[in-house]
Amino acid sequence: MTGDKRILISPGPHLWSGLSVSKIMYLVTLALILPSGAGVYFFGYRALLVMVTSVATAVLTEYVSKKLRKRAFVMDWSAVVTGLLLALTISPTVPLWMVVIGSAFSIGIVKEAFGGLGHNIFNPALGGRAFMATCFPAEMTTWVLPAGFVADAVTCATPLNESFAFPADKLSLYKALFMGNVGGSIGETSTLLILIGGLLLLVLGIINWRIPLAYIGTVALLTFALGQDAIFHILAGGLMLGAFFMATDYVTSPITNKGRIIFGVGAGVLTVVIRLFGGMPEGVCFSILFMNALTPLIDRYIKVRPYGLKKAGEK
Amino acid sequence: MNFKLNWRGTSYGVKLPEAKLTAVSPIERAPLPEKVIITLHQNIGAPCKPLVKRGDKVLTGQKIGDSEKFVSAPVHATISGEISGTTMLVHPATGQLVEALIISSDGTDEWVVPEAKDAIDTLSVEEILKRIREAGIVGLGGAAFPTQVKLSPPKDKRIDTVILNGCECEPYITSDHRVMLEYGREVLSGLNIIRKVLSPDNMYIAIEDNKQDAIEHVRKLLASMKLDRNCKIVTLKSKYPMGAEKTLIQNILAREVPIGGLPMDVGVVVHNVSTARAIHDAVSERKPFIERVVTVTGAVKEPKNLLVRLGTPLRDLIENCGGIDGEANEIILGGPMMGISQFDLGFPVIKGTNCILLKKSMQSKEGDCISCGRCLDACPMSLMPTMLVKYAKAGRYDACKEAYIADCFECGACAYACPANIPIVQYIKIAKSELIKRAAKK
Ligand code: SF4
Ligand code: SF4
Repeated sequence: MTGDKRILISPGPHLWSGLSVSKIMYLVTLALILPSGAGVYFFGYRALLVMVTSVATAVLTEYVSKKLRKRAFVMDWSAVVTGLLLALTISPTVPLWMVVIGSAFSIGIVKEAFGGLGHNIFNPALGGRAFMATCFPAEMTTWVLPAGFVADAVTCATPLNESFAFPADKLSLYKALFMGNVGGSIGETSTLLILIGGLLLLVLGIINWRIPLAYIGTVALLTFALGQDAIFHILAGGLMLGAFFMATDYVTSPITNKGRIIFGVGAGVLTVVIRLFGGMPEGVCFSILFMNALTPLIDRYIKVRPYGLKKAGEK
Repeated sequence: MNFKLNWRGTSYGVKLPEAKLTAVSPIERAPLPEKVIITLHQNIGAPCKPLVKRGDKVLTGQKIGDSEKFVSAPVHATISGEISGTTMLVHPATGQLVEALIISSDGTDEWVVPEAKDAIDTLSVEEILKRIREAGIVGLGGAAFPTQVKLSPPKDKRIDTVILNGCECEPYITSDHRVMLEYGREVLSGLNIIRKVLSPDNMYIAIEDNKQDAIEHVRKLLASMKLDRNCKIVTLKSKYPMGAEKTLIQNILAREVPIGGLPMDVGVVVHNVSTARAIHDAVSERKPFIERVVTVTGAVKEPKNLLVRLGTPLRDLIENCGGIDGEANEIILGGPMMGISQFDLGFPVIKGTNCILLKKSMQSKEGDCISCGRCLDACPMSLMPTMLVKYAKAGRYDACKEAYIADCFECGACAYACPANIPIVQYIKIAKSELIKRAAKK
């Protein structure tokens, strides 16, 4: 076998975990099936249509951009994740052509124009959503009551709107928020199912606990300190989905554990500020986008202390 | 006494598949090779000069190469016969050409007359160190640093702790495991000799929890040899790279070796269990270091732990194990994580060879870094491997240096964990060698 052409010389290590980028994205997609299913359950076929449109547009845009940039197209599920996440953050009543524009913007501009997966600064799904909110402010803020497959949709206010008709007792409000039986975006309503999907990713080691914990924890503490209903603020709006599925996006969040806590706390503070003092009822999307923009800075200054380096002040 | 410790800062390192195919295979003596190839540079430190020439008759155990340098170890004939020639080989670890002597066996395995044995208690420290050096012992865990140098710390460095390393944290390899089970007495006797040299306050034997049989066995032996008052067994979680010196020290003693420093800077010396056995053989039995246990594993018909004369060509050992099985296309000297691909089956076993692994290559396409941070979590040195790669790709080697690239010991945990399949260690090696070149120019 000496000199045999079959013998390969390759650099070490000669083992690999096998957990590839596409496997990770696939697992995220799986975890998103629960909130997506909830969306369909509460909002009917219309929600399904929005999701399918968004995902298909995302994958197609990715394919076209790769071809234009003369790169190989790999079906790595990341476009599916982006498309699905975008659909989950918008109202089921948004016209489909707007969904197409939003989804194409997510992939084509926010992701590929920056160099593709790994090089983008902003979370593609949130970038697309912010774009849609700017272009189509009316459609993006028209919410309907969950009607399932039976009744016609009735417009309503989301719990974070001032005009929201609060139920008389807190417990039934919490219960509605937790189970998802409220008006809102397709996937943001059922805290329970988002939580299950998020915990699944935590257990599988796909996402790190620091960002969700710091984010949700900050929102809870801050709203509590400001004399607000902390439980309501955790359960309402897009916080859960944002904290588990968007803020944890690897590419657009800090790489160090310390940086991740800063990111989570920062997003939490911003969310509360926007919700309570800003002009918009919901602040999750813009908070995370803002922290995305800060991430390169955080990564620049927050370093890990290497083994054996004296801590400051130690002799 | 026995106590259980966990990986301190549990987030570092990676969990690897064990693949210890030969954990229950008793050590077998490989047949005497027809020829051996003894490279004159096997370890960290100075190369040896040959003491024999072509045509000379040599006996098993005869010294055939040595150096005057302090950091060096002599080499010995590992079979009896005739020096039939010299050759140049590419050293697998350094990639440099090294000279090697070829010995053709006369089939008799006639030994040099051994020196008289004596009671260890009567020996001076100098005499012990001399015997260890003369036997040519180097660290057998892979680093191959001359053992007597490690046992001669400068006067101002007091060694308070000795750690005997039986972790063997790389997959597949079982040579240390089997040595602990089958030569446990010799290992502990070697530890006792180390104790005599360094007189530490504490001694620990570190074993990963996937080797319960070895833990039990060594515990019993410690008691029966009345060493258990000075020496504790530490059971460590099986996690890679647990057995690296610096991580061991961190996990057992909660001390960190300063950057650029050695374990002795924090009062610690770490020796491998197989090295301890070789120390026993050298000092008590007065036998030079000419054979070691090598795990031959992976895609061979019959994976084995073989007791092998140094210098035996890899081909002989692979044949001994029934030959290559299946689609293996890589021959790795060492374990799958830190081992090095070898292209020539004629290459010999050297002192640091603990394993020969045949494997199908897992190479696949490199992707873009997605900043997932897995490499940071994996790195036992708490470096930021992805940053090192970024700087290395951009040719910013000074930035690599400032990011402590020198502290990377190329364990490969980062690359194992990387979902984008980036050959991180490869980039790090390139940057390191560029930095060395630059330093040499100045
Ligand atoms: S950077 Fe070096 S020390 Fe750290 S995990 Fe990678 S190979 Fe190991
Ligand atoms: S593990 Fe790979 S993909 Fe993840 S941060 Fe490190 S280099 Fe980048």
